[in-house]
Amino acid sequence: MKIVVTVKQVPDPNAPQALDPDNTIARDREVVLDPGDECGIEIGLQLKEAHGGEVVLVSMGPEKARDAIRKGLSMGADRGILISDPALAGADAYLTARALAAAISPESPDLVICATESYDGSTGMVPPMLAELLQVPQLTFAKHVAVADGTVTVHRQTEAGYQVVEAALPGLVTVTAGIADPRYASLKGIMAARSKEVRPLTVAELGIEQGRPTETVEGIADAEARKAGEVVEDDGSVGVEKIMAVLQAAKVL
Amino acid sequence: MAKIWVYAELSGGRPTSTTLELLTRARELGDVEAVALGPGARQAAPALGRHGAARVLVNEDPAFGEYLADPATDCLAALVPAQAPDLILFAFSADSREVAGRLAARLCTGLISNAMDVSAAGGGFVATVPYFGGAKVATYRANSRPAIVLIRPKSYEASVSGGEAEVVDVDAVIGEGSKRARIVETRTEAADRVKLEDARIVVSGGRGLGGPENFHFVQELADALGGAAGASRAIVDAGWVPYALQVGQTGKTVRPGVYIAAGISGAMQHTVGMKGSKVIVAINKDADAPILKMADLGVVGDALKILPRLIEAVKARKGS
Repeated sequence: MKIVVTVKQVPDPNAPQALDPDNTIARDREVVLDPGDECGIEIGLQLKEAHGGEVVLVSMGPEKARDAIRKGLSMGADRGILISDPALAGADAYLTARALAAAISPESPDLVICATESYDGSTGMVPPMLAELLQVPQLTFAKHVAVADGTVTVHRQTEAGYQVVEAALPGLVTVTAGIADPRYASLKGIMAARSKEVRPLTVAELGIEQGRPTETVEGIADAEARKAGEVVEDDGSVGVEKIMAVLQAAKVL
Repeated sequence: MAKIWVYAELSGGRPTSTTLELLTRARELGDVEAVALGPGARQAAPALGRHGAARVLVNEDPAFGEYLADPATDCLAALVPAQAPDLILFAFSADSREVAGRLAARLCTGLISNAMDVSAAGGGFVATVPYFGGAKVATYRANSRPAIVLIRPKSYEASVSGGEAEVVDVDAVIGEGSKRARIVETRTEAADRVKLEDARIVVSGGRGLGGPENFHFVQELADALGGAAGASRAIVDAGWVPYALQVGQTGKTVRPGVYIAAGISGAMQHTVGMKGSKVIVAINKDADAPILKMADLGVVGDALKILPRLIEAVKARKGS
């Protein structure tokens, strides 16, 4: 079974974020493999362990994003593909999906695994667009994934519980962050990752037209911030007293 | 006049609350049509009309309810060229965003996702999107026709306009190959409690609770106040509590009268889902936690020490 996992390098979610002058998310600071993608890689590796085959990581980003792929390779993925081209800087979801589709399509994977949404952009639009461009079904918000007899079955998280959804392969699955604890890379894994292939690809090699951006940023402003109110240091009683006063003022007691 | 479409989400023959919110906004932007697909669509039409849809395009093919995304995409992709809407509004919800994403890719257009408002400007449409937990707001212009915008739940307050919708039957146009991601079974896990998104009081817990064994303090306080318990993404991802409790970008958006955040630092992921609350109370050990900068009352202290005393105090007051 051939599995493709899409991965993205994002600003460290635990560090403060900022924008570059061109209004794209600043990536000059601490960057990490998107924690959601680590879960996708984990599921890919578990499926490979159960069914055999290969796990290929596909990413789009600056040359530095090679580190994110390398981390996934040290977890145990087999090889990587990095789409890196200045023409793709600031790409919108549609262009991103087209670039990923062009890189993934020749691989003819049985299963594509994506995180539900990235930690930084959080639009959640690349997976459905990618599924459409690859002409495969999408099984989304999976908190459980199983493959048997050419069929993929997921437990799709819903507001009230979950749905059991199945489709014949090939297909695309989006996984929730809670689906599995990603494994740590072993020392052996880190050593092995060094010799694994990471193939670079450019827009020209993918043969995609860049096209006109489907949306343009007209401006970015500071939101009307909520004003900070009173801050008190709890001394064993003042915290509760103050909270009780707020609850009473709000007429909820 | 611009033609505005609202993709109606249905639940048991009724439009979801977000659908009604979108219609309320849509009627300020032009001539409104709702597209209602699947069983119960016809039954939902009067409510859609009352909230502003002049026409409801209806098809009740059961495949819309049995399969994810593909059938609805096929139907919309066939309708769009024929009917030429200027703007299609979708809820930023699990079901709708999948249809919107596929549709945009099939129509070779883009979309604006995770928006909190959409308006007409310069002969087209612009939408505002929150960033960094809503600290920043980006304004995007949609360059394609139709413009497709996904709007976060609770961005508008739904209201009725008292209209009556004309019901228009449309063809389903579902490709045979599109019946593929099949919903085999639906299971409910939800607890029999106050619904999080409707609660007047929400008490949420985060990492600062120390471990899953302490989450009961959050639930007890919520119960004592007649409210609902919520959670940060961090503790949902860690498996302490089910996803149904998650407040934030990936979870629910809430606007209660009082929101109490216990042991939540205030990451963007979380705050975007609760910053519309009327009154915010935050309890956090870290005096630098971002949540304290947006709270009406911030208490610097240990949630595990404060919550039990607060529960006692609330119970004592309610009992008196």
